[in-house]
Amino acid sequence: MVQLSINGQPQQFESPINITQLVDHLSLQGKRIAIERNGEIVPRSRFSEEILVNGDQIEIVVAVGGG
Amino acid sequence: MNNLVIAGKTYTSRLLIGTGKYKDFNETQMAVKTSGAEIITIAIRRTNIGQNANEPNLLDVLPPSKYTLLPNTAGCYTVDDAVRTLRLARELLNGHSLVKLEVLGDPKTLYPNVMETIKAAKILIKEGFQVMVYTSDDPIVAKQLEELGCVAVMPLASLIGSGMGILNPWNLQIIIENANIPVLVDAGVGTASDATIAMELGCDGVLMNTAIATSSNPVLMASAMRKAVESGREAYLAGRMAKKLYSANPSSPVNGVITSTEALTKKSANS
Repeated sequence: MVQLSINGQPQQFESPINITQLVDHLSLQGKRIAIERNGEIVPRSRFSEEILVNGDQIEIVVAVGGG
Repeated sequence: MNNLVIAGKTYTSRLLIGTGKYKDFNETQMAVKTSGAEIITIAIRRTNIGQNANEPNLLDVLPPSKYTLLPNTAGCYTVDDAVRTLRLARELLNGHSLVKLEVLGDPKTLYPNVMETIKAAKILIKEGFQVMVYTSDDPIVAKQLEELGCVAVMPLASLIGSGMGILNPWNLQIIIENANIPVLVDAGVGTASDATIAMELGCDGVLMNTAIATSSNPVLMASAMRKAVESGREAYLAGRMAKKLYSANPSSPVNGVITSTEALTKKSANS
């Protein structure tokens, strides 16, 4: 069992997944997003190489209106 | 002569606008278009997990190919949060390095924490960001931020979202006089005349959001702000007349006025 924190919310997965799979799982494929894993940026090119482990803190952000 | 140059890139418009607080993306888009702004601020926020998968994205409405997007660190109260936010923004915008840094000191006033702002600016500049920095109207801090390598310094005119206008034109003037980088008023503009005053003082540009977005007719206010910034810039370049109390220098010719004998007597008695 892999427990992740995604944008501050706990989520559990049966088996280890990479970031591409996480993005698909969250229906965010093709969206303009950026991802941070444990405080470090994960470049899009590395999404499929990054295997998430128990306790990982993931932040997924988008652009929104702001001043 | 009349172009704004920031970090080596030339812009025709000296009005920069934010994209927050609009009714919907359509209104945002219309206001941005009408304002003529080329640099548009955006915020970076957590995506809503599992909700509205087909929600339109701001970047589809305001494509980075058409506008210079300026990601901000609004809402950040620490150096770490501000730096992380802009790293995410750079990743989101495919390596885009022009950013707006703000590190706030207090949720009630949203006043900038200049000590933390300076620390964050140092880190970001070292990492290759081009930093446009929101700061107080303290001329010493503004100069220090310039010396650190910020590409523009953006002092407040009054508190963020207050619409109180330009409360200390004298400090702004000192900052402008001392600066070798663009100085933009960021925060506090309430209506068109505020923007004009900022530009007449010699500001290189004005950044605003709330004044347009929360007016009763944002698209019309965007138009007003465009003209206000242009007017103020032209007046600044033209160089205003000196202020004189009792100049006794009328605009119309003094000779050839039709005059009764009675008026002539009065005039000579007063002189």
